[in-house]
Amino acid sequence: MTDKKIRVLVAKPGLDGHDRGAKVVARALRDAGMEVIYTGLRQTPEMIAEAALQEDVDVVGLSILSGAHMALAPRILELLKKNGQDQVKVFIGGIIPDEDMPRLKEMGITGIYGPGASTDDIIKDVREAMRLRNT
Amino acid sequence: MSFTQSILEGNRLALARLLTQAENDSAEGRAALTELFQYTGRAHLIGVTGAPGTGKSSLVNQLALYYRKNTDKKVAIVAVDPSSPFTGGAVLGDRVRMRDLSGDSGVFIRSMATRGALGGIAQKTASLVQVFDAAGYEIIIIETVGAGQSEVDVARLAHTTIVVEAPGLGDEIQAIKAGILEIADILVINKADRPGVENTERALRSTLELAHPTKRVVRHHGATMSMAAPTIDSTMWIPPIVKTIATEGKGIDELVQSIAKHVEHLRQSGDWAARDHARLGSEMDLLIREALMDRFLENIPQKKYDEMIEKVANRNISPYEAIKLLLNGNLK
Repeated sequence: MTDKKIRVLVAKPGLDGHDRGAKVVARALRDAGMEVIYTGLRQTPEMIAEAALQEDVDVVGLSILSGAHMALAPRILELLKKNGQDQVKVFIGGIIPDEDMPRLKEMGITGIYGPGASTDDIIKDVREAMRLRNT
Repeated sequence: MSFTQSILEGNRLALARLLTQAENDSAEGRAALTELFQYTGRAHLIGVTGAPGTGKSSLVNQLALYYRKNTDKKVAIVAVDPSSPFTGGAVLGDRVRMRDLSGDSGVFIRSMATRGALGGIAQKTASLVQVFDAAGYEIIIIETVGAGQSEVDVARLAHTTIVVEAPGLGDEIQAIKAGILEIADILVINKADRPGVENTERALRSTLELAHPTKRVVRHHGATMSMAAPTIDSTMWIPPIVKTIATEGKGIDELVQSIAKHVEHLRQSGDWAARDHARLGSEMDLLIREALMDRFLENIPQKKYDEMIEKVANRNISPYEAIKLLLNGNLK
């Protein structure tokens, strides 16, 4: 009789090797009682979508510091959709210029977080997205 | 097409969904597992356990790669990591070492948190294994949490249990303690390029030489029963020691050969069926316990239960008396 846990995939697409942010977020989500699947560095969009499918996650968190977000994010969204996982909510953390944010939101990215974002906000937004999805 | 039908036909999204339902023990999950149960019993279940940092995930990665390259069998991996006892959250990181397997549709990796279970795997790991078995995965590898000395539940689940050691982790006294070494069907010394590998091997080998067939005590229906000690003869299985360097793929051939020999041994000795019976028996024990607990709690108002705990905490009555009062008053 366990209540349904929120399952989150934290993934790091692209070629930069800075995963401290991703680890901090993974740890914060863990402390908020979520089950976080951590995939490690240098994942392709295909690898991320495949892991999201196998793990049947509710949320995918992408950490992108390389500047390639406008190429990576739509590709990942497309692959999730192709796999029938339209209901998965995608969040991005990293260095995202202000002018790209509206377009990312339009594509279907649920939340975007830059340097200095509080993990409490991320947790609150993930929970809210789950609540909206389930009602 | 029905949900279970699409799983039998290889739909990966349906499979992933059922794994979640089985893990959450939902009513839909139970119904689907009931329908699928007739298709289980075909897979070879391989348990991989050992202390944290001995290289279990890397070894599992290499094993899966080997089976995919050299056989046409589909491989499923259930990788278990611990849940936080305080928040219930978990970071499941075994996939990090398994990136070589991505892009192969004949491999399915599922991470799982222990959710409070203490035996090295989760309470519902057996259910996930059943789902994979029904879905036609012929090799199912179960990777436990980093295990200490007594997380031995995987041996009840798997046909073949591999215990992974690494050089420098303990001396001969560690090796003769009861627990994890006893459940090994195959012993692996991973990181065999590290210094101290000779000592580890010597310690493990002398343990095996000290070992003699013992009466096995098993729990059944909540009671302890013992099984007669096997007689020493040439048909007895002596756990082989295999040295590997998982990060370089070294020693994997030999490990796979040992696994194949163990399967042959299980089939010839009749142990395959015996292990199957024991596994299903302990699964039923668990289900009975859960069902009785649910029925018990249904019949007792929360308030009464809390009052009873309060009385015990105040040392008015003992826990034994409290349980007696609760059971007598409420269970038909």
